Amino acid sequence: MAALGFLRKRSPGNRASHNAASGFLVFENTSEVIRAENILRKQGWDIRVMGPPPEIRKGCDLVIEFPLIEELRVRKVLEDAGLPPLECVPVSGPLLSPVDLFRIKDFGGYLMIQAANMKLTVDRQSLVIVNISGGGCPDVPYIAERMVGRRLDEAPDPREIGHTLCGYALQLAYEEAKTKCLQW
Amino acid sequence: MLAVVGTVPEQGFPLVAGKITLRDRSICIQGRTAPVNRGTPALLAAAARAAEALGQEEPFAFLIGDVGRGDGSRELYRYLVEHLRPDDFRTLVFHYLQPIVEWHDKILARIEGAAVRPLLIADAGYMYVAKMSGRSAAYDLFTPDIGELAFLADEIAPHPFYTRGFILHEQDRVPDMIAAIYGRGNAPACMLVKGSRDYFVTRAGIQAVIDGPVTEAMEAIGGTGDTLTGIVAALSASGMPLPEASVVAAKANRLAGAHARATPATQVAEIIDCVPGALLESLEPS
Repeated sequence: MAALGFLRKRSPGNRASHNAASGFLVFENTSEVIRAENILRKQGWDIRVMGPPPEIRKGCDLVIEFPLIEELRVRKVLEDAGLPPLECVPVSGPLLSPVDLFRIKDFGGYLMIQAANMKLTVDRQSLVIVNISGGGCPDVPYIAERMVGRRLDEAPDPREIGHTLCGYALQLAYEEAKTKCLQW
Repeated sequence: MLAVVGTVPEQGFPLVAGKITLRDRSICIQGRTAPVNRGTPALLAAAARAAEALGQEEPFAFLIGDVGRGDGSRELYRYLVEHLRPDDFRTLVFHYLQPIVEWHDKILARIEGAAVRPLLIADAGYMYVAKMSGRSAAYDLFTPDIGELAFLADEIAPHPFYTRGFILHEQDRVPDMIAAIYGRGNAPACMLVKGSRDYFVTRAGIQAVIDGPVTEAMEAIGGTGDTLTGIVAALSASGMPLPEASVVAAKANRLAGAHARATPATQVAEIIDCVPGALLESLEPS
């Protein structure tokens, strides 16, 4: 891992490997950063405010570093507070963007929609979610338990009950499934 | 003995450590039960059914409730750093845990400090964190699907959601991705890559391809990767070398899907019921 090795040399202690699993929240101005910092700290997140790397100097001159895996939950908390970040990017590669391709697999009576590493399968006739597969974060089994067996238009949004990047990917698959299935 | 570390998708499920038993499609451990329909309980159930077919003892589990907030995972990490005795186990599997690099590194240090090091398998969130820690080489086996293989091949992606060049039809790129992973050195000794074709892989490249029987619906069924990891873990804990265990497990998982006549609506518990018969069939000389 050349890039991680580079990060290790630049950072003290084991902070570098911590950084590799972190993300930056980018805001419009410093006032928003301070408000967001207060909100996230009050809710117990391990965050820090710092200067942004050159690649993402499009908002203000401060960013918040946070545990990237919890992006879905962090975004929801900030959006609910009226403070949606301009951007959310991985520290390991600030120019990385989320996988935004969908794969649709037609099983005849069932349609499977894949977004990134998550797959959601729907019974085309009843619109019941029959399976959720993929992913590795611990909210995946929890979300699946709440969604499988329920109709697409009655199931809870992964965004509402999930917390992680896998939950975020599942939200995208769920939205695509609704677009594909509920319009028929 | 086999030990599995993971989470149960139930807020408030306490930290438990002990042998599991199976009853009515649930795992039972220290007076608590969890349905086997997904996640670590599915892995444990498949491992238990495989162990039963092999005449081996039940798996040991370290479990806690976590619905994605990471609180349960942190408590379990803390417990393991203080109490895990790696030399009690022949095979140790890490599964659905919140990926947290610092905790991963502390647990690995404890394992590496043991007199006898167990065989280490990482799947799901723990495979993500092993890669991000840069310590994949400490592991004997990863069990990625094709998308996760692309994530492992991307040296800076922190999660499959941010994998560069994530193409949804990756099957043709498998040899290139394997070469990229082993070329950078942040790779386990072996990988069992799950997909429409399963691959057993080492640093020397693809050693085996297992592509039958084909049950297309398996891709849609949540937990079929967990069952594969559970079976290979049980075989490995029985003393079977990883190359053979991986091939047998891949065949058995596929056969279990075929025996269950799986459709996209099949639940993984139905497939787990078929694991003992499928495993014994896979062990027969061809």
